[in-house]
Amino acid sequence: MKPGTLSTFLKRGAIWGFIALELIFFTVAGEFLSVSDKAFMDVDNMLLLFKQSAPIGIIAMGMTIIMVNGNIDLSVGAIYAFCAVILLDSMTWPIFAGLGDAVIPVSWILALAVGTALGALNGLIVWKTGVDAFIVTLGSMLGYRGLVFMYNGEQPTSHLNWTLVDFAEQQFLGLHTATWFLLIVTAVIWFLMNRTVHGRNAYAIGDNRAAAVNAGIRVGPHMMVNFMIIGFLAALSAVVFYSESGSVNPNDGELYELWVITAVVLGGTKLTGGAGSIISTFGGVLAIQLLRKGLAHIGADTETVNLVIGLILIAVLFLDRQLNLKGKEELKV
Amino acid sequence: MTEQTPVLRLENIVKTFPGVRALDGVSFTVLPGEVHALMGENGAGKSTLMNVLGGIYQPDEGQIIVSEQPAVMTSPLEAKARGIMFIHQELSLAEELSVAENVYLGELPKKRFGLVDWDTLYARTDAILERLKVGFDARTRVGDLSIANQQMVEIARALTVDAKAVIFDEPTASLTDAEKVVLFEVIADLQRDGVGIIYISHRMEEIFKITDRISVLRDGSYRGTLHTRDTDEEAVTQLMIGRKLDLSRSESTHELGDVALEVRGLSCGHLFEDVSFHVRRGEVLGFYGLVGAGRTEIAETLFGLRDPSAGTILLDGQEIRIHSPVDAIERGISLVPEDRKGQGLVLGMNCRDNMTLPQVSDLTAGPFVSDGAEVAIFDQYRDKLDIRTPGWRQLVGNLSGGNQQKIVIGKWLSMHPNVLIVDEPTRGIDVGSKSEIHNLIRELAAQGYAVIVISSEMPEVLRVSDRIVAMYSGRVMRTFTSDDVTEDNLIQAISGLGDGAAA
Amino acid sequence: MSGLTKQNIGSFLARQGILVAFALFMIGFTLANGRFLDPDNVMGVVRSSAILGVMALGVTFVVISGNLDLSVGSMMSFSTIVVLDLHDKIGPTLAIPAMFALTLCLGALIGFLVGYLKLNSLIVTLGMLSAIHGLTLTWSGGKNMDIADKEATWFGIFGQGEIIGIPVPILIFALLASVLGLILAKTPFGRKVYAVGGNGTAATFSGIRRARVVFSCYLMSSFCVATAGLIQASRSMGSQNTVGQGLELEVLAAVILGGASLLGGSGTIFKTVIGVLILGFIQNGLLLVGLQFYVQYVVTWVIIILAVWLDIAAKRGKLWSPIA
Repeated sequence: MKPGTLSTFLKRGAIWGFIALELIFFTVAGEFLSVSDKAFMDVDNMLLLFKQSAPIGIIAMGMTIIMVNGNIDLSVGAIYAFCAVILLDSMTWPIFAGLGDAVIPVSWILALAVGTALGALNGLIVWKTGVDAFIVTLGSMLGYRGLVFMYNGEQPTSHLNWTLVDFAEQQFLGLHTATWFLLIVTAVIWFLMNRTVHGRNAYAIGDNRAAAVNAGIRVGPHMMVNFMIIGFLAALSAVVFYSESGSVNPNDGELYELWVITAVVLGGTKLTGGAGSIISTFGGVLAIQLLRKGLAHIGADTETVNLVIGLILIAVLFLDRQLNLKGKEELKV
Repeated sequence: MTEQTPVLRLENIVKTFPGVRALDGVSFTVLPGEVHALMGENGAGKSTLMNVLGGIYQPDEGQIIVSEQPAVMTSPLEAKARGIMFIHQELSLAEELSVAENVYLGELPKKRFGLVDWDTLYARTDAILERLKVGFDARTRVGDLSIANQQMVEIARALTVDAKAVIFDEPTASLTDAEKVVLFEVIADLQRDGVGIIYISHRMEEIFKITDRISVLRDGSYRGTLHTRDTDEEAVTQLMIGRKLDLSRSESTHELGDVALEVRGLSCGHLFEDVSFHVRRGEVLGFYGLVGAGRTEIAETLFGLRDPSAGTILLDGQEIRIHSPVDAIERGISLVPEDRKGQGLVLGMNCRDNMTLPQVSDLTAGPFVSDGAEVAIFDQYRDKLDIRTPGWRQLVGNLSGGNQQKIVIGKWLSMHPNVLIVDEPTRGIDVGSKSEIHNLIRELAAQGYAVIVISSEMPEVLRVSDRIVAMYSGRVMRTFTSDDVTEDNLIQAISGLGDGAAA
Repeated sequence: MSGLTKQNIGSFLARQGILVAFALFMIGFTLANGRFLDPDNVMGVVRSSAILGVMALGVTFVVISGNLDLSVGSMMSFSTIVVLDLHDKIGPTLAIPAMFALTLCLGALIGFLVGYLKLNSLIVTLGMLSAIHGLTLTWSGGKNMDIADKEATWFGIFGQGEIIGIPVPILIFALLASVLGLILAKTPFGRKVYAVGGNGTAATFSGIRRARVVFSCYLMSSFCVATAGLIQASRSMGSQNTVGQGLELEVLAAVILGGASLLGGSGTIFKTVIGVLILGFIQNGLLLVGLQFYVQYVVTWVIIILAVWLDIAAKRGKLWSPIA
């Protein structure tokens, strides 16, 4: 075994260890504190957990690519809301009136296309102007949210299509439709990042951008494609969630970017880019959802969730730094 | 020598930037199997020329001819496709990726649907690594390799294509002597295969060891090509700077004062162990050794940036403890650091603010910084050190390397230190400014400062020092006085072969 | 010669672009609606910008020192809720200093984490955003907080009062801006903030206690947040738990609009004030010409990107980025 392998292994596995810890804690604590009689590790409860992880989880996969690539996207919540509005509203458009239930795939494609386009716009601006992605997406977070409001004012946009609701509530092999989407997205993005040239180049760009440029990797198009992917995934997340709920408020998806980034960072993706794993991000998503459900299970108020997640995020950062310290010899800068 | 087809020919390359003629009709030729040195002071146009060759800049006039075919270089990829490979001075590796992915960065072998063909990738990379006789394989993570091995990965890149010409840009900067030997073997190998080599370096001894011809640039124009066999260092230097360089030692003519700083048995983990030395007022103590011998780390420890694990530091005979740069500065220890841009200067700040930074808290009128006091200090040291700048409002990022270094030196002189530590005082500074800085260091000693100079350049350390501490692998091997030092015994000492090893 | 002049105009536009844009906006809105430059209207805009502005002053310090603060919005909610709650329990005279003390503790905690433990400020303040929100909800039990007897207290003076005809929030904003502006531009501490943000390593090598400077910046930021919370609480005499939600990004937008670089080392208080006023006047101007508040979001988006783009285009001398 090479030196460093153990610590690498520890770091990679940390998120799963954390999840195990959460499960044990909430199971034991639930025995004493739980308001309900059901056990925490109940099968239905766990299936629900996966389903509820889906909206954040699907976007988190895209955020992992973006952050590995060395960027960040703060506009995902706004894209999510905008695509939800498009999805629900387009089903009532007169031009689609004759389609019957065939309007569903049309609306889906429309919403996904809009999400991809909004992502592409972010990517194009980052590429062509050279403005930092943090600022660009901070701006579009406001801008896209403005578009959501301009679409329908401050009114919610609603449309329930029962065929759609049935589809969304289906369970296949015991798992909900949303869970399937999350799993498929995770698998596809994992494949993209680990097996394709585009994925490996994304790592290279985030790790050492100058080297990637010198090696002839076209950084701009890569970044743009990645922003399109996260736009698409934000839209997909909206499609999955709103197919079932059927009503979107113009404020929906606010603070999603924070939850998503928290999940990705918990999963160990490097903030400076170049390193990160899709599987660990999946772990990060589960860990957050477990925490939310677990705290509710032991009767803690919702406000405690915010407090605990914030503190855990900081604790993870602190632990990561401690693990990377090189001992007392280190330069004090 | 029979007439050969040159692998690479540059004809009359002209490149202008707004207000500057960076390259002014540069021509030179690289033959197959030749090592051709490209020399010149910083700013002479070497890097502009390489950027033209690599397709980063387009020349305004002239042409590049590869194997007698005129070529238009539009990008680094284009250059690569034509068999022109660059090995950059600064490592350009992605540390989190494997060796193989780094070697084939930008052109990973593909299968259908844009999938990476890992088998081919690893097989090809391992074949190249075999040629380089390195002790790691294609799957190793680059971040786990030593700096020297990372350099080998960089070199492996040049072997991925049938290179016609390979450009080495200061390749030995971070290599140990043993690693240099391997590098020179690789270069000899390439030579035998008929590859033309362009070798850019400031190190004369290497140039004279491995090159066949030397071309010199000055102020963007071509100054001629010499056959290495028929020339010597002086002639090359003269061509580079247009005059003779005074490399003679300056004898100390002044009396030495008391011991200002003494160090006994100082250690810091494995970085350096059991280091003892002293320096007197009016004396320049040189530290010479290879990169990684622990010299910079000693300076950082004296400046409070590292905590020593053992040993004592005495200042004017009093034992002291230094926990931070603030402590060090209070006690009159100053450090001109190795990395001027990273550690010495805030490039986005103006000259005056950089110079007064350590004492800005003391330069106050009421609660505010006193403009007048600051400008007075700047003016004083600008005149004293002959800093050439349009005015104090100039951002230091816009100054030349030599003037930047003088700002850093001025910053510490204005604090009136007892001990001045200067780490690599002339790194990245052109030959002309170099001798100015050398003279300055001698003058400072004459004025009664105790000066410690750390350098990796033997001529420099010989020129400025009264005594020289030779270090190898974290230990002091021997301390030389100006009488008993020779180039030979100094090199032996820093290679760990010294006869008078202290340990 | 004409090319040179053109270049000069270009670089002037790029350097002072934000002022030029500001002037153009003012002219445009004035032409569109005569009431725009009415003193009452101007006063109203500045007054409603004061809360955002006061927070932006503190964040300017943090950003120049090379860090981010995403927690100011949630911290402002905390201050507001705490001071309203304590007002009825221990009276305004004690409630105000108590609230300041608690808010400064939060600032000190962040400063400790980012300055002394050297943790990444984006993630720390992201975590604190969430944690402080939880703290606020725990404090209030999730309920809205109201002062019971709004008539019987002098507490309203900070948000509703006027001195010589000028609303108190404006006076507070102006006073803080002047004091902090002087600190940043003229004192040794201000110089150190720029040095730490410009090149933290070089600052350490020059004997500057980097951790202490960063810590102080967060302390200042939390002081500004507490002040903003006081104005907010005093103005409305009651509040929801989420009153500051999302403000962190608007604040950051104002600071960036003022030309501070997220990399640290550049920016001024004066420019931040301009950034704040631009956001305020755009919002007001759009409302006056009959557009909804959310149109402002879209306009802000365009302006932020144009402002930063012009700024970096001037520095690199090219409009389009060199990214391949």
